[in-house]
Formats: sequence, C-alpha cells, structure tokens
Amino acid sequence: MSEYSHSPSVGIVAPQTARFSEPLALRSGAFLADYELVYETYGTLNADRSNAILICHALNASHHVAGTYADDPDNVGWWDNMVGPGKPVDTNRFFVVGVNNLGSCFGSSGPLSINPATGKAWGADFPLVTVEDWVDAQARLADRLGIAKFCAVMGGSLGGMQALCWSIRYPSRVAHALVIAAAPNLSAQNIAFNEVARQAILSDPQFSDGHFSEKGEKPRLGLRVARMIGHITYISDEQMAEKFGRQLREGLKFSFAPEFQIESYLRYQGDKFAEYYDANTYLRVTKALDYFDPAAEHGGSLAKALSPATAKFLVVSFTTDWRFAPERSREIVKALIDNRRDVSYAEIAAPNGHDAFLLEDPRYLATVRAYLKKAYP
Amino acid sequence: MSLRRDYSVIAGWIQPGSRVLDLGCGDGTLFKLLADTRQATGYGIEIDDDKIPLCIANGVNVLQRDLEGGLRDFDDQSFDCVILSQTLQAMRHTELVLDEMLRIGREAIVTFPNFGYWHVRMQLLMGRMPVSDDLPYQWYDTPNVHLFTIADFDALCEKKGYRVISRQVLAGDKPVTALANIRGSLAMYRLTR
Repeated sequence: MSEYSHSPSVGIVAPQTARFSEPLALRSGAFLADYELVYETYGTLNADRSNAILICHALNASHHVAGTYADDPDNVGWWDNMVGPGKPVDTNRFFVVGVNNLGSCFGSSGPLSINPATGKAWGADFPLVTVEDWVDAQARLADRLGIAKFCAVMGGSLGGMQALCWSIRYPSRVAHALVIAAAPNLSAQNIAFNEVARQAILSDPQFSDGHFSEKGEKPRLGLRVARMIGHITYISDEQMAEKFGRQLREGLKFSFAPEFQIESYLRYQGDKFAEYYDANTYLRVTKALDYFDPAAEHGGSLAKALSPATAKFLVVSFTTDWRFAPERSREIVKALIDNRRDVSYAEIAAPNGHDAFLLEDPRYLATVRAYLKKAYP
Repeated sequence: MSLRRDYSVIAGWIQPGSRVLDLGCGDGTLFKLLADTRQATGYGIEIDDDKIPLCIANGVNVLQRDLEGGLRDFDDQSFDCVILSQTLQAMRHTELVLDEMLRIGREAIVTFPNFGYWHVRMQLLMGRMPVSDDLPYQWYDTPNVHLFTIADFDALCEKKGYRVISRQVLAGDKPVTALANIRGSLAMYRLTR
C-alpha cells in the first residue's frame, strides 16, 4: 500500500444540479433545447478563481470523483486515490469540479431523463453526443461557476480525450491539460471492440430499438456481454494471468457453467454493470469514443489540430495498456513537440493495463502530484 | 559527483534563448540551470521513473523514453543544441546516438570521463579497473559499456566528419591544455557537422 491510502478522503459530498436553457448545438447537427448537468465540487475556489481543476470522466464513471455520500457510505468516488486533502489533486489547495457528461445515466440529461418535448424519458431518442459536445457543455458549467480559466483540466482514457479537446477548443480557458492513458483517436481495433459491444446490446431482444424502458424491460444480456468485452481490454494479459491464470472454481464439469475463475469474474463484472448502467448510454459513449479524432479536420495532422492549444501538458501512459498503448500517447507528445509546447511525458511501467490510470501506483501519483504542485505552487 | 563540473562549461556554450534537448537529463538540474541562466527552452529526456517527478518539480519539460531508439520523434535540425552529459560511455550504439544528436541539433555538446587520464592509467598498470570521481563504479556494477579516451573521441570525430567548435578538458576543477589526454579527467566537446 502506498502512502496515499492513509490520506483522508474528502469525506461526505453531495451532487448538485445546474440547469441550462440556452440551446446547445451538437456536432451531429441536432440541438438540445435545455439540459441539466449534475456535478460535485470539492475544496474552495480562491479569490481570483485561479485554482479550479476540472476532472473529466471516462466511459462508465460520473461526477462522483471523490468522497462518499451520507446515505451511501460505500459509494466512494472513482478517483478517490487521486483527489482529496493531501492527495495529488489536493483539495486543500484546489477547487475540484467533477461533472457528469450529457448522455450519461447518472443524473445529467441523457436517455434516462425526461424529454421536455414529450414529457417521457428520452430513451433511444436522446441525440448522439460527442466529446466536443461534452466539452461545450462543461464550458457552460464553468461559466455558471464563475471559472474563466481552469488551472487544469484532467482525465484518464476518454476523460483524457476531453482534456485534449478542451486545450484545442478553449485554449484560453486551460492553463494545464493532464492527458492520462488516452489516445488522439481510436484505432480500427478499438472501434472493432466497441462495435462488438454495441452489437451485443443492439441484438439483445430486450433492447427493442432502445425503447425497452417503456416496456419495463432491460437488455441485460447485451450489456453484460458488452461489459465483458470492455473489461478484457482494460486489463493486461500478464495481469489477467497473474490474477486468474487457469484457476478453476471446482474442477472441470464439462459444461458451459463458469469453470475457470476468469469466466466467473467476467460474469460477475457483466452482471453488476448490467444492473447499474443504461444500454442507450453505453451505445452513445462508445460512439463518442469512436468519433473523437481532432486531427481529422486537419488532414490527419494532429500537430495542426493542436496548434491552437496554449496549455502546458502532462501526458501519462502505462506500458501494459494495450487499449490505448504508450505509442498513442507518444503521438500526442510528438504533436505538442512539433508545436514547441511545454509538455512532460511519463511512461509508467505498471502491470495493470488500461486500468492503471485508476490505481495507486506511487510513481504515477508522484508525477501528477509534482506536476500540479509546480502548476499552482 | 555532487557538483557536476561540466555544467558551468555547458552553460557557457549555450546561446541565450536557445532551444535545447538534454539527453539523460537526470533530475533536471542542468536544464534548470540553462533555463534560469540562458533562458533556454526545450526538453529533457530521462528513462528513470524516479527522476520524472524531480524534473517536473524543477520546472523541466521531461519526456520519459529510452535514448537509444527514442529520438526518432524529433525532426531534423529542430534544436539549437543537443546535450549528452557524461552518458555517452553508457550508450550501446555510440555512433547512432551521436549521429542522431547532430541530425536533431545544429550543435551537440558531449561530455565524458577521459579513460586516458593518468590516474586511470596508473590503476590499470597496477592491474585493477579504475575507480575515480568521474568513474565511480566497480567493474561489476558499472553502467558504462564503452569507455574511451580523448584521443579515441578525436579519432571518431575525424572519422564521422564532426567538426569540433570548442573543447575543454578539466583535471579536478582546473582546466587543462597541454597533454590533455593524460592530465585531463573530464572532457567536454562542442560539435557540429
């Protein structure tokens, strides 16, 4: 266990809701006439409003970044080892904002919320949203909170893509971008995994073209398989071997019941996910991943795409991450070097694959800690 | 080697406002010196996990990667100066690293412990591998794989067609001019093509 485990948590937190009635133009051409964003904040905004850090979440996470809820003490924020008093994102010094993205199923406007036009849940009718749309909505939340410029925008995986997008889309509003375990776009293989996950959901008879909740159903089987596929890509071959190997639960049964521990683990993860996650959200979030490609409108040149960015960068990758491998982070670093931007890059030799960005690796946490200390002494 | 004697010489060779790449930048002390005193910008390259937060704390842009094979991302002539401070002797592909330095930088600064130093020669004469301030390792734990003398390096520069802009040799803290390959313990070269 690292030193950080013993640091106190930010404690009891409570989500807040911001309602926006100015229409948001989406990249797809659709509009969201009005919408809500659910968010949490930790720490105190200083007098000159210069100590705010925006935390962007990845696929299945939310605005609940750190701390716990009074009525749900076991529900610890997804980045509680990173964010809190004395932690690398030190809530004694920073004002931290965690925001749930549009299209999510954890409170912000999305398939589960009511479509004001119909008075019924959006379900399958909620528009497809992109990383750019999320960032635009986050910028409006920043306006609402009186934050003209973030000291840092940071995130891992899909959250890192949002940080990258912020630096391009709102260069004057980001002093530092921390892009962790991310990629400048998805590879064909990444999209392929997403498509298999989507097909699992779309072909579940209980999906009903996305209108399952009206029928009181849920495409659990599809969500379950989608999560299993995702989970395989989050951990490294070596870690899976170390954690599960070929271990059996109770010997071979010559049946299709779970026999190997890895089967049982995947089923458990899949079942858990199918209960708390929404299928329409999963489809949308994986599409947002697939669509993200800032270089595309610059002839494929990431350097050109990043030329408006004025933030200083910390880019972090993990050696055993094969979902967004270090090579992908190095593409970002190269594009920043080509633009002569300030960038530091850490390539952490962690065994945990893509999931490493959520785990307690002392070298990783020390790097983020040192960076933010320098960014805001 | 707490005080790196080559740093002040290197700083003297860096033009104000230069764009610098420091290969094997350690905790970033040299780069910080160059940024503070010569307004240098650019990057340090370091492989060691533990050094990365130290560089960041020193305000140095550090890129974690292996020097051997890790320099391809840098464009031709994109830096004013590429520095390799007391590291060449630990490189496996000496010629490749030097070629890469002068591909990326208009100039290169290379510093290294002189294996021709009289004290080194004496220890060899006594039948033991030399250990000194500049060569602080035992033969069995040294990271150095290519030890060489000032005369060796001159010959390599000649062969490769590198032009020596400046050279400074130190014995302890004192500059050495005559009989440098015998009297000098630490050599510093400023090269170009």
